[in-house]
Amino acid sequence: MKIAALRLLVLVLLLGIWEFASGRLVSAFFISKPSSIGAKFWSILIDGTLLRNMGITASEAVTGFIVGGLAGAIVGLALGRSVTLAKVFDPFITAFYSMPKVALAPLFILWFGVDFQMRVLFTAVIVFFLVFLNTYTGVRNVSRELMTVFRLMGARESHLARMVVVPSAITWVFAGLRLSVPYALIGAIVAEIMAGNSGLGYMVEHAAAQFDTSGVFAALLGVMILALALNLAVKLLERVLMPWRDAGEQREVTV
Amino acid sequence: MDRPSAKRHETSEGQDGALIRFANVSKRFSLEGGEMTAVSDVSLDVRGGEIITLVGPSGCGKSTLLNMTAGLFQPSEGTVFYEGKVLSGLNLQVGYMTQSDHLLPWRTVFGNIVAPLEIRRMGKAAARERVESLLETVGLQGFGGSYPNQISGGMRKRTALARLLAYDPQTLLMDEPFGALDALLRLRLQVELRILARRLKKTVLFVTHDLEEAVALGDRCAVFSARPGRIISIVTIPLPEDRDLMQLRYNADFTRTCADLWSLLSSELARSGT
Ligand SMILES: Nc1ncnc2c1ncn2[C@@H]1O[C@H](COP(=O)(O)OP(=O)(O)OP(=O)(O)O)[C@@H](O)[C@H]1O
Ligand SMILES: [Mg+2]
Repeated sequence: MKIAALRLLVLVLLLGIWEFASGRLVSAFFISKPSSIGAKFWSILIDGTLLRNMGITASEAVTGFIVGGLAGAIVGLALGRSVTLAKVFDPFITAFYSMPKVALAPLFILWFGVDFQMRVLFTAVIVFFLVFLNTYTGVRNVSRELMTVFRLMGARESHLARMVVVPSAITWVFAGLRLSVPYALIGAIVAEIMAGNSGLGYMVEHAAAQFDTSGVFAALLGVMILALALNLAVKLLERVLMPWRDAGEQREVTV
Repeated sequence: MDRPSAKRHETSEGQDGALIRFANVSKRFSLEGGEMTAVSDVSLDVRGGEIITLVGPSGCGKSTLLNMTAGLFQPSEGTVFYEGKVLSGLNLQVGYMTQSDHLLPWRTVFGNIVAPLEIRRMGKAAARERVESLLETVGLQGFGGSYPNQISGGMRKRTALARLLAYDPQTLLMDEPFGALDALLRLRLQVELRILARRLKKTVLFVTHDLEEAVALGDRCAVFSARPGRIISIVTIPLPEDRDLMQLRYNADFTRTCADLWSLLSSELARSGT
């Protein structure tokens, strides 16, 4: 309770300083000010442009997230289980992984144009790599002792997959998914900024092009809200799919 | 060290019907810059239905011996026979309760114990009934729905024990299974284990650091030297089959055997300087 009050205080203080500095210390042209950003935000919220564009960005990010996440988990499982495949692909994966995926955007525009499909694919590629890499390392790290104990019980490969490998991979898939949320948004928004006529990225870019700083900040606020919502969704999904995690968190920390 | 009973047994072994036979078994592990002998020239015959306890200083290769019995790896020298056949590959006749519990964190206590029954394709209802009775055996009634990270170390051990008993293997390999338990519970499980093992004719290799436990549970006790582990003595426990574990502390044979084991081990510890 006390913490919440302190947080509110910090927020109010920051906004107050910003409001005060704007036009006095720094030109409002560059940093706008909270009151006009609020007003702008309210107006785009009322006339529906914010929600419409947010919906577009969200559906791009979420579709890309699902497609990329599923593909990443499946390929990660497959490669992680096969020692030979893993050895063959390892250098390629590393090479591709170390490249900043944003640099691929122009190529994607060339291939798929500038529409929804391109933005989804671009997001999917980014998410794919994060989830794939996490799942892959996770599957490779499944305790060999644990597997042996189950083999001694007479478990076959199919049992091991169902009882040991997939559940432990889920943990890693989610680690990848959680990491991917900001990147999925980056993917969608970069694509919109570079090649969009809709979406939050486009709103940011469009407002900036018209030197409408309040508009930029209002759109960024929208981005922030979307990011928080996506994070929350992943967390909820995690709680449903991995109840044992939750059970552990309720314990007091011990060492 | 030269107790007559130990002598007698070492010579009378190896004639017939050993379920597990270690014949001059050595195991070396390669370390960076050399080799390390964990087990050296161990010979031991384990009869079917016998409970053998293994005691010895830490690092003397007790777990290594169990690992070889489970067929996890081959000896560097010598042979492990199981039912008269040379062991190669995993030994599916044994159930192994390892030193760490190896539970599935994503399954509840119930889910963990039922796992081997799922592998055996036991029917749902029968499996449930079996798990419920096992939960009672190990004193975990009411905890079936908890996840392993919600229960104590001793409860995790008991879950692993229940899982081991669930799938009913011919031979039980148990590596310090009761180490983390309080005295009362430990006694209860010791009683239970001896009764179960006798009734179901299980063969048991039981590693422990607790000499009283080694005497109370075992038909024979193999005493190991410090690394490289050799068997320095195999002591036949002079207690009846149907011993009453609750009354042992007043039994002269029991206390004497414990003292004997202790003098064997302490001279070994003094010799190895640990
Ligand atoms: N897989 C392995 N690879 C390399 N070295 C090993 C391996 N397993 C065991 N060792 C080594 O062999 C020796 C014997 O180990 P082991 O675990 O059998 O001892 P232990 O008698 O069970 O000891 P403790 O009572 O402490 O459990 C140790 O020095 C250990 O480091
Ligand atoms: Mg050990």
